[in-house]
Amino acid sequence: MSELDSPILSVRGLTKHFPGGRQGFFGKHEIVQAVDGISFDVSQGEALGLVGESGCGKSTTGRLITRLLEPTAGTVVFEGQDISHFSNTQMRPIRSDLQMIFQDPYASLNPRHTVGTIVSTPFRINKITPEGGVKKRVQEILEIVGLNPEHYNRYPHEFSGGQRQRIGIARALALRPKLIVADEPVSALDVSIQAQIINLMKDLQKDFGLTFVFIAHDLAVVRHFAQRVAVMYLGNIVEIADRDTLYATPKHPYTKALLSAVPEADPDAVGARERIRLTGDVPNPINPPSGCRFRTRCWKAAEICATQPPALIQIGTSQVACHFPE
Amino acid sequence: MSAFLEVKNLSVVFPTDDGRVQAVDSLSFSVEKGKTLGIVGESGSGKSVTSLAILGLQKGTRAEVTGEIWVDGKEIVSATESEVRKLRGKAMSMIFQDALAALHPYYTVGHQIAEAYLVHNNVSKKQAFARAIEMLDRVGIPEPQKRVNDYPHQFSGGMRQRAMIAMALSCNPSLLIADEPTTALDVTVQAQILELLRDLQKEFGTAIILITHDLGVVAETADDILLMYAGKQIEYGTVRDVLQVPQHPYAWGLLTSIPRLTGDPNLPLTAIQGAPPSMISVPSGCAFHPRCNYVEKADVCATRVPELVAIESGKSHSVRCHMDSELRQRIFSTQVKPQL
Repeated sequence: MSELDSPILSVRGLTKHFPGGRQGFFGKHEIVQAVDGISFDVSQGEALGLVGESGCGKSTTGRLITRLLEPTAGTVVFEGQDISHFSNTQMRPIRSDLQMIFQDPYASLNPRHTVGTIVSTPFRINKITPEGGVKKRVQEILEIVGLNPEHYNRYPHEFSGGQRQRIGIARALALRPKLIVADEPVSALDVSIQAQIINLMKDLQKDFGLTFVFIAHDLAVVRHFAQRVAVMYLGNIVEIADRDTLYATPKHPYTKALLSAVPEADPDAVGARERIRLTGDVPNPINPPSGCRFRTRCWKAAEICATQPPALIQIGTSQVACHFPE
Repeated sequence: MSAFLEVKNLSVVFPTDDGRVQAVDSLSFSVEKGKTLGIVGESGSGKSVTSLAILGLQKGTRAEVTGEIWVDGKEIVSATESEVRKLRGKAMSMIFQDALAALHPYYTVGHQIAEAYLVHNNVSKKQAFARAIEMLDRVGIPEPQKRVNDYPHQFSGGMRQRAMIAMALSCNPSLLIADEPTTALDVTVQAQILELLRDLQKEFGTAIILITHDLGVVAETADDILLMYAGKQIEYGTVRDVLQVPQHPYAWGLLTSIPRLTGDPNLPLTAIQGAPPSMISVPSGCAFHPRCNYVEKADVCATRVPELVAIESGKSHSVRCHMDSELRQRIFSTQVKPQL
């Protein structure tokens, strides 16, 4: 395989277990299996969507890829280097290639720093002086993300939610990263602002050839941003496929149910669509169901589902983890 | 016959240190029994303030509420606190967005449901408790006899929302206000809760006001839509009218900016420029004009507040916009409709 074909990010058997509460004062810690043995590749210039409901492990996955968390098991290979257990010092040179955009633009910007300070911090930390000076470069970036370069000396509270998210994007772009992990970048924004940010991120992806891992719970948003989509449930990937295949012919029952639950803003579509109603809630990741983790809510569940966890297998162009795929 | 809930010229003003904030500006609408009105708007558009005013929850605060709110023949704005209190919980009740914050962490779920029933009905504690179990069962909580003694933190997000619905409906209210009832929930649980609300409405004939920013949720549950922007109603009509033949440029913007599961995902979304205004300094004239792509008579849009006008005489569908109707129809059918 040539250098070009090899994926920029390769995740194998990635697992993160958090210690939970103790059973009694001297008891053992319970274990929260937030992410349990997931594998996927992301190629250069692609946007991979990671969708699932709350608690499915999608944010933990994002934090493992950017090494804000250390995996319990499995590997994260970024540009041919296994970074899964790199120390902070080892990570430092890689951080500039691996950036993150956060969900809450109110919590992810330091209120006591000006926009200029926030966006120039990556340069300072990495001791990089771009051509023409840091200030000039920061102002260029502000312009790229649709902010006024004159806003350099303003504080985050002077901006609206959408503008703040642009500041967060500017900070992530500062060092021209290769991979950006965007964790629910639009879910805290008003509907009319979401489209602005999605369009901006799409333009950036095109203009700079950026690779994205786009984490979101909103299937319609993911459809507009990602070329390939992975669906997660309770720490596992249940289906990965390219966008059109996944949305047109979902193979995993959970993907199907998830798609049918999305409310559509078209009164005529309301009666026309097939509805799958899942019962109950997502089980507790401290004590996930045996075998297939979705079986407790699945209408297809049989005996084998309780005993054997399904492996992710190739069906057509999709990869599905189900004993009875569609 | 007049509607079960009728709101006429409702305005709410908050005096603040930075000036008077007109959170709600001359709102008029009505809801019949067994029907659902969806109030849609972005953050700060005044949707939640409207619902608090209907429940009379701004009494005793600095808020200045004017206009008329008729609930089942009783006027709320001029009523005293004790009069409204008799209606609250019994004739009308509310479910909130964040169920964990709305439930008291120190009391069991059963205790909290029974309390509302005990206050409004002449029953014993035992009967009220039995009612709590009955309601939990009705909203689909498994093993209600056992779960009734649980504390809110022992419930999952979806179950808490169900418990709150059980509490709100324990006295069979005729009017239920649901303020973003599913925003904090996952899609699969959201679908369960919306279906539950629909079923309960069918059974009890409740009038529902559903406050949301999600056009998909309104499309599935509401009969009528009231679209708000900066405290004003800018479009009002049936779900079909507002979502399929929207008339206001803001409605066009909203409907074309949301990503959908149908349509070409490779085309960029049509975003509305700018951001919703701060309520301290609402733009003059039509509050939407700085963000509007179709400002045709710039001086008029910037200075005069447009009236709410019916699209066709005799129909409920009305819009607050200066654009003349012929031009509006033309823009809608050539530029907006293809994107819907």
